[in-house]
Amino acid sequence: MFRRLHEGATPLPFTFEGEAVEGREGDSVAAALLALGHDATRETGVSGAPRGPYCMMGVCFDCLVMIDGVGNRQACLVPLRAGMEVRRQRGRRKAGA
Amino acid sequence: MTRAFDIAVVGGGIVGLAVARGLAGRGLGVAILDEGDVARRASRGNFALVWVQSKGLGMARYGAWTTGSAALWPGFAAALRAETGQDVSLAQPGGYSLCLSEEELDRRRAAMMRMHNQPGWEPIPWEVQDHDRIARAMPGLGRDVVGGVFCPLDGHVNSLRLFRALHASALARGATYLPDHPVRDIAPLPGGGFRITTAQGEIEAGRIVLAAGLGNAALAPMVGLTAPVRPQRGQVLVTERTAPFLPHPVATLRQTDEGSVMIGDSKEENPVDEAVGPGVLAAMARRAARMFPVLGGLNIVRSWGALRVMSRDGFPVYDESETAPGAFLVTCHSGVTLAAAHSEVLAPMIAGGGLEDSVAAFSARRFDVPSAA
Repeated sequence: MFRRLHEGATPLPFTFEGEAVEGREGDSVAAALLALGHDATRETGVSGAPRGPYCMMGVCFDCLVMIDGVGNRQACLVPLRAGMEVRRQRGRRKAGA
Repeated sequence: MTRAFDIAVVGGGIVGLAVARGLAGRGLGVAILDEGDVARRASRGNFALVWVQSKGLGMARYGAWTTGSAALWPGFAAALRAETGQDVSLAQPGGYSLCLSEEELDRRRAAMMRMHNQPGWEPIPWEVQDHDRIARAMPGLGRDVVGGVFCPLDGHVNSLRLFRALHASALARGATYLPDHPVRDIAPLPGGGFRITTAQGEIEAGRIVLAAGLGNAALAPMVGLTAPVRPQRGQVLVTERTAPFLPHPVATLRQTDEGSVMIGDSKEENPVDEAVGPGVLAAMARRAARMFPVLGGLNIVRSWGALRVMSRDGFPVYDESETAPGAFLVTCHSGVTLAAAHSEVLAPMIAGGGLEDSVAAFSARRFDVPSAA
């Protein structure tokens, strides 16, 4: 669905749902997931409906993911770094985790 | 052409809608005159507790009125659900007020005892509990909490869904909702009834109920009543949604049915507006994180301020005009807790013969006492 404008940037390895994947230097986590074809990256805390990155500017909270064990991170606001472990936010975050 | 109704309710917030719903249920032709989205609208900013334990120091009757409303709430919530399909998520598991020092706990205990020693007080169950006892019921309780007061009658709802359900129920019962109808003038008519001038023309009504929150102060004198109400600002912080971890509401923080934690305990006098400020919000957040340290790791996603509708003594004012028969005043700051009583007890009185002795204590005449020289 999404195509990169610039393919030249340095590849960054990370994992999504435990699977080794690649983004690019300069990607936000959300941009990297969209570029990989993942348009549903969480399940809502109320109905469990699938949702994915939408506003890409920190407003809609639809891009929530778990990053390195911390829940409810806004994927569009977090710069991708090599080695990140990214998982879907399934339902509500557990307080303290 | 002037539209005519049996009764007009001025104010389309939780108080006005609760009364309008009760009136419509008695077969009256009801108009709800609502100011519109520019209204102060305490109903959209409130904390959504159905709260008993702290109500009534200074007026025993208010304690019993509150307890009575809390007891009506389960049937009220069920009726709203049956009429509108809206689940207002009522939970009444009992609630706490938590204290962060022995001194605070002593003050809280003394206030509870003074309240219960008042003449005419109808006893409610409550007890002071120590840290360990509370921690068994509320895992994750902070070490700084020395104790608190538990009352098994306390609870909470989803107040935005309550607002929507009251609106839908009033309409389903035949009430007419007129938005963007701020009231400019009310004139009692010689033969009885009222002519109400709104921003969108005139309306006639046989009776009128003023339920316009802070707006009542200006409206009440038009029908020979007084509504000594002032704004008191409260600020609220809302966290991201998390899995359930707070099984009981606390007076100053609660986890909603959808998982957010609401934090709010500011009481600011003489506010100029509803604005929020970092000083008060930071103090609220610090206290909350001492009560439940896990809150310190959660993101705050929203904050807002709203204006409580406070009478001079903090208690509701229910009144009926002597000079303009058929004009009523209904105002309070606990519109959620009292919604059941307003809809099921007060509205039937207004629809029938007028306010009864059981609510006489709430007349604004209680303020007509000359102050000592």
